[in-house]
Amino acid sequence: MYAQLVKTAGTGVKTREEMSDEERNFQDRVDRDEKIEPKDWMPDDYRATLIRQIGQHAHSEIVGQLPEGNWITRAPTLERKAILLAKVQDEAGHGLYLYCAAETLGVSRDELTEELLSGRMKYSSIFNYPTLNWADIGAVGWLVDGAAIMNQVPLQRTSYGPYSRAMIRICKEESFHQRQGYDIMMKMAEGSEAQRRMAQDALNRFWYPSLMMFGPSDKDSVHSAQSLAWKIKIDTNDELRQRFVDQTVPQAKYLGLTIPDENLKWNEERGAHDFSEPDWAEFFNVIKGKGPCNVERMEARVNAWEDGAWVRDGLLAHGRKKSAARTAAE
Amino acid sequence: MADQKALFEFLLRMGDNSLILGHRVSEWCGLSPVLEEDIALANTALDLIGQTQFWLGLAGEVEGKARSADDLAFLRDAWDFRNVLLVELPNGDFGQTLMRQFLYDAWSSIMLGRLMTSSDARVAEIAAKASKEVAYHVERSGDTVVGLGDGTEESHKRMQAALDYLWPYVGEMFDGDEVDAAMVAAGIAPDPAGLREEYDAFVGKVLNQATLTVPTDVFHHKGGRTGYMHTEHLGHLLTSMQWLQRAYPGATW
Repeated sequence: MYAQLVKTAGTGVKTREEMSDEERNFQDRVDRDEKIEPKDWMPDDYRATLIRQIGQHAHSEIVGQLPEGNWITRAPTLERKAILLAKVQDEAGHGLYLYCAAETLGVSRDELTEELLSGRMKYSSIFNYPTLNWADIGAVGWLVDGAAIMNQVPLQRTSYGPYSRAMIRICKEESFHQRQGYDIMMKMAEGSEAQRRMAQDALNRFWYPSLMMFGPSDKDSVHSAQSLAWKIKIDTNDELRQRFVDQTVPQAKYLGLTIPDENLKWNEERGAHDFSEPDWAEFFNVIKGKGPCNVERMEARVNAWEDGAWVRDGLLAHGRKKSAARTAAE
Repeated sequence: MADQKALFEFLLRMGDNSLILGHRVSEWCGLSPVLEEDIALANTALDLIGQTQFWLGLAGEVEGKARSADDLAFLRDAWDFRNVLLVELPNGDFGQTLMRQFLYDAWSSIMLGRLMTSSDARVAEIAAKASKEVAYHVERSGDTVVGLGDGTEESHKRMQAALDYLWPYVGEMFDGDEVDAAMVAAGIAPDPAGLREEYDAFVGKVLNQATLTVPTDVFHHKGGRTGYMHTEHLGHLLTSMQWLQRAYPGATW
């Protein structure tokens, strides 16, 4: 998933006694796995948290076009170029579904865009890392989309209907992207010495930022507990990170690549891999705007929006002229 | 049996047009004025690259030297490219990109329509597939040209400037030479000049709706479809497009 450190609104999980009748009724519906739909009653904090989470996810899809777009013009074959174009197009489409899902909660796409461009809303930290060689496009599909799927698959069961339905659609496309990413990695790993070097270099740079995608440990967070109770969040960050590592280790081995972690080993007792935590100081720096590409990514989005203002104004003005002409004709 | 060398040249012209324009459009990734346009531009680029695979694939087959579509796209230098100059021009602002797209789509939709009755079944088949995509492209680029031409004062001014800049590159699409004569003789493709009347009528109608003025100067630039003299822009485009294939010869991607 592309939402990290989403601050859950409210003061934490209320006991049944503390809840109003409406809140109790709402929680019962969530507990029965009923979907909450746009016109249903919902707590203000549930609505606010969902807007933050879906908005951050939507922004991530949009900003996420940039590191991949960085290689569209340099894709090495026509087929790779076509696959990458189709993938980026899918991502823009995911952004669109998600903004639509957020709209059902009463916030417009323009309002959310404004929040992103002013820096009040975030996008996933992962997109502040550069794509430096062609294998990075493989690594983004394999690791970044892989981590996203790990989070989004459970979210297909999230309590908010429009979000859940968007996730079902998005997951189908994301798993396709992940396979395509892995396919690039296989070609690179089976290729020339230079290609294997690119593949290892990509894994070295993307491994820890991918682990950061799940966000810091949330085991003591009261906010996470509330999101879990509302089924906006299904698993904890640590559970998802563990699942991701366990899934990825054999895949890296198959490619003949080395995960850059000396502490990585199978723990028989836990039935899971032990691994090193990413550098959380780095993570918080990236979140605060000090990642390798934060400035460029925001600049690209701000310029796209500002340079496009005349286009949006022009098309709106034309639309108004057309409807005025229709009204006059009636 | 048609002159295979001429057929190869003709197929390069078709494939290079879609390759270079598809590349230019793909440069917009993530940067357009609205999300729907990001999707539409990526979709257009994707269609054009798909068409390229067919045209250049057939070109390689006709040439008979075992060159694949990728070899033709990534391992030729600028002088061997046969696209019209129009498609290699820089994107400029969104208006210029959409105006270039419309001026090309309008030609492409008429050309593909004629190619569907080509005497060469392979050409007719590619044209039938591509014409479905291009019918959508021309509808969209035409609508956008109208919307922006007849939008605000600023959008009108920008679209007129784009048209004035691009118009001298339109004429090249209707030039003919001995390659075209051979295609006409074999019933493979129409005489380019024969498309002009339909083009002017269609483009004129849309530009009129867009409240834009078609320049009256009949001068046009040329040199792309013959390869005699491309613009300076093509070399830079190829530099990035061909980078990996050139830097790591023989690698499989």
